[in-house]
Amino acid sequence: MLSVIIFLPVVAAALLLPLGRTQQRARFIALAAVIMELLLTLIVFVGYDTEAGGYQFIERFDWISAFNIQYLLAVDGLSVPLVLLNGILGLAAVLVSWSVKERPNQYYMWLLVLQAAVMGVFVSMDMILFFVFWELELVPMFFLISIWGTGRREYSAMKFLIFTFLGSAFMLVAMITLYFSLPDGERTFDIMALMGRDMSGLLVPTGLVFTGFLIAFAVKLPMFPLHTWLPDAHTDAPTAVSVMLAGVLLKMGGYGLLRINTGLFPEQMTDFAPTLAVIAVVSVLYGAFIVMRQTDLKRMVAYSSVSHMGFVTLGIASVAGSGGTLSSVGLNGAAMQLFTHGTITGLLFVAVGLVYERAHTRYIPDLGGLAKQMPLIALGFMIAGLASLGLPMTSGFVAELLIFLGTFQVFGLATALAAFGVVLAAGYILWTAQRTLFGPRLARWDGLTDARPVDVAAMLVLIIPIFVVGLYPKVLTDVFAVGINPIMAGFGLSGFGG
Amino acid sequence: MNIGAHDLFLISPELTLVALAVAVIFLDLVIGRKGIVIAVAVVGLLVPAIAGVNVWSEIHGTGADTAFNGALVVDEFALYFKFLILAVVVLLFVSSADYASRFHPFQAEFYALLLFSSAGLMLLPAAADLITVYISLELASLPVIALAAYEKMRLKSIEAGLKYLVLSAVSSAVLLYGFAFLYGATGTLRLISSDPADPAIAHMLINGDPSIPFGGVAMIVGVVLSIAGFGFKLSMVPFHMWTPDVYEGAPIPVAAYLAIASKAAAFAVLLRLFYTGLDSASADWSVLFAVLASITMTVGNVVAITQTNVKRLLGYSAIAQAGYMLVGVAAYAGSGTNPELGAESVLFYLGGYAAMNLTAFFVIMAITNRTKDDSISGLAGMGQRAPILAVLLTLALLGLTGIPPTVGFAGKLFLFNAAINADMAWLVVVSVVNSVLSAYYYLSVVRVMYLREPDNPVRITLPLYAWAALAVTSCAVLVLGLWPGGLLEVARQAALNLVY
Repeated sequence: MLSVIIFLPVVAAALLLPLGRTQQRARFIALAAVIMELLLTLIVFVGYDTEAGGYQFIERFDWISAFNIQYLLAVDGLSVPLVLLNGILGLAAVLVSWSVKERPNQYYMWLLVLQAAVMGVFVSMDMILFFVFWELELVPMFFLISIWGTGRREYSAMKFLIFTFLGSAFMLVAMITLYFSLPDGERTFDIMALMGRDMSGLLVPTGLVFTGFLIAFAVKLPMFPLHTWLPDAHTDAPTAVSVMLAGVLLKMGGYGLLRINTGLFPEQMTDFAPTLAVIAVVSVLYGAFIVMRQTDLKRMVAYSSVSHMGFVTLGIASVAGSGGTLSSVGLNGAAMQLFTHGTITGLLFVAVGLVYERAHTRYIPDLGGLAKQMPLIALGFMIAGLASLGLPMTSGFVAELLIFLGTFQVFGLATALAAFGVVLAAGYILWTAQRTLFGPRLARWDGLTDARPVDVAAMLVLIIPIFVVGLYPKVLTDVFAVGINPIMAGFGLSGFGG
Repeated sequence: MNIGAHDLFLISPELTLVALAVAVIFLDLVIGRKGIVIAVAVVGLLVPAIAGVNVWSEIHGTGADTAFNGALVVDEFALYFKFLILAVVVLLFVSSADYASRFHPFQAEFYALLLFSSAGLMLLPAAADLITVYISLELASLPVIALAAYEKMRLKSIEAGLKYLVLSAVSSAVLLYGFAFLYGATGTLRLISSDPADPAIAHMLINGDPSIPFGGVAMIVGVVLSIAGFGFKLSMVPFHMWTPDVYEGAPIPVAAYLAIASKAAAFAVLLRLFYTGLDSASADWSVLFAVLASITMTVGNVVAITQTNVKRLLGYSAIAQAGYMLVGVAAYAGSGTNPELGAESVLFYLGGYAAMNLTAFFVIMAITNRTKDDSISGLAGMGQRAPILAVLLTLALLGLTGIPPTVGFAGKLFLFNAAINADMAWLVVVSVVNSVLSAYYYLSVVRVMYLREPDNPVRITLPLYAWAALAVTSCAVLVLGLWPGGLLEVARQAALNLVY
């Protein structure tokens, strides 16, 4: 099942090259593929048995037996919502790039390969396989940004590639060191088998291995001060790629932190958590303050991602708190934030992309009063914006509430400071909305059309999960809790609700 | 000394190769159409391949067999390289038939010289004493001097030939001098020996002074001079200066031959000399190679960034790649578990490197043969002019960068595994940072192909046989990347012959 989920987009991508010579055919093939993909991920999400918990849909084959490397796929409560998220965003990405004209078959091909690679990251339970997919994602991103991007696209594509590649290089070293540190005969890259193992007595200090993983995930998340690639990549990427980048690629970093840093190295995580909390607060506030100064809509959303990903880091850091069930609340919140930020920021980028497609500018001072000409797009932007600042009934509220609940008892001051980030978010979101959407109607934008049905569909795909999760968060929290509990066990704590 | 039929049988691949070279020259005298002569050379390569399979089936199971009173040892390690070199030569012949028409009417001699040289290369991995090493090396090098200067109407080609001649001569002299010191210090030239009356270097080393590296000052000089001599063939820094010049000037098939076949054979001797011959001094040389590896890859990658000529770029890339492979040489966990991991990873990487680099060279050969422009900017718009070639070159360059799912990733993974197994985590960090550096210039080439507009919209076409060669190499890049287990197992069996 999971193999099908990974390779369905690859097969569709391979079909696109010979079959999708016209734009019309290319986009319908791509659309069919992502719809099927979304259905498959829904099947996995619904089919995941939260009662039984643990790892499900396991597929295990020997790959390189000399080093005990396996083709090992599985999902647990942590990854299953992210798999669904990737399915949702894949559909949104194809819908939002409905009018791509330049080399459409290659464009959709890379988009599908990107989705497949990210899917592989979320379902691989063998570290080397995880790493393969992690690196594989660079190739489509490089081409998508540098061929279909705007502005300084070549610079941004290369910067993205170099940052991620450098970060993941340290991850590879950490993985191999971990492997050879285990006694002969027990050496494995199997994450499921490594969970709960005592990680003391490695070849090198365990802290170094932990740091190797941390660097890779911190670049991807991104954490201050390793975030500088993100605004460039976001700004110059085509809309669909910004959606995927904010929606799922950043989530790979958070997922890695939860799965590997927190899951495999509880002791080092406990030691490092205070530092992580400081980094988180800096990311939140720095990101939020920088947003204020942006004049480019996309750059603005990009920095808001830095700020919001700071909440994820903060939630993860809260795991250091000992005693009580509250500490797992923070982790649940972090995981929730991964999902909700994916849909919310995805929606923000869709709205911004639609504005840019029509107005051909993202320069905020030039815009204004757009709600008059394009009410539907403005509505989408407002829903995303309000969810982003944590309005109750939207999913953003749930995630941030959980994070603050979990963190407050552990890092009181940090939480208070980070909560100020929410205030700032309210400020910059509403201020931006006021400057671009509202205000007097500008005559120069009168010729612009509102969202077409396909654009509305792209926004709806993302709006639905925002409200579903906002109104009934249990649909996700129950699943995440199943995935978080085994991680909490490593900290000697009882899990959420248990 | 008696030479028996069995000795001849063991070197039958090389003998038939030389015979083929002679046959090609004579056929050229009587047959006017060069295409037929080239076809004979290609098909004729089946004979040494079959001979090789014969030898393999003979020694398979028994492990190793010696010939000519122990001067040659034919084991799976040697055969791994013989088959690798044969495969490279076949693919080079097939793909360069088109390119070679510029040598008219001297195509046949070109192929014959390549055959002579590869006979030398095939003997190298089997050499069991230093004299054989030296003779094989000369047999391999001398034809290359003529080959590098083969485009005799082009000044750069003459320059390449002359440079190779002078530097090759100097490095041979240095190597021979080093061997003399090794002989002086140990009283033997044997790398491998089962005869107590004629012991191997490894055996004599054990009696050295443990407080001095390698057991004696004469040994230090001998080892350092030998490394310098081999360093030339490996394009190891600081003996790498010739590489970009010769790659730029020499005909492209010759550059590919030097970058792949010649380098593979040099690594074979290096592994034989150090893993088997000097294994008791591994603590001394493994650090040395680790440092040389880091310097080599760093210099190669950093200088490659500023290149504007695609052949020079491949030259510096070849230097950097040699640096990665030296990591495997350095990663000899002499006293630890799995000491063969280092050699095994080098063998695997050489196989993958051959596939990736051949793909890159074939594409460059096909394109520059049409455009007559070997600058990187000459590749502009190849995504439109030659879509399939551009995809294949992208694949090869991603492989050389080490991005999965290509064989380049698998190869680096194994090299790094070996280095960590030998407690050299720092060397792996240096290597991965270098991989990131290399991503910049490899992908810059990709960028030029897809993002720059072509100055000439004419599509680039290739003859069918050149496509066939490209199909083989590019499939190998992917297949060995997705399923590396098989080749890795073969490499392991071969590497186990080095360590006891």
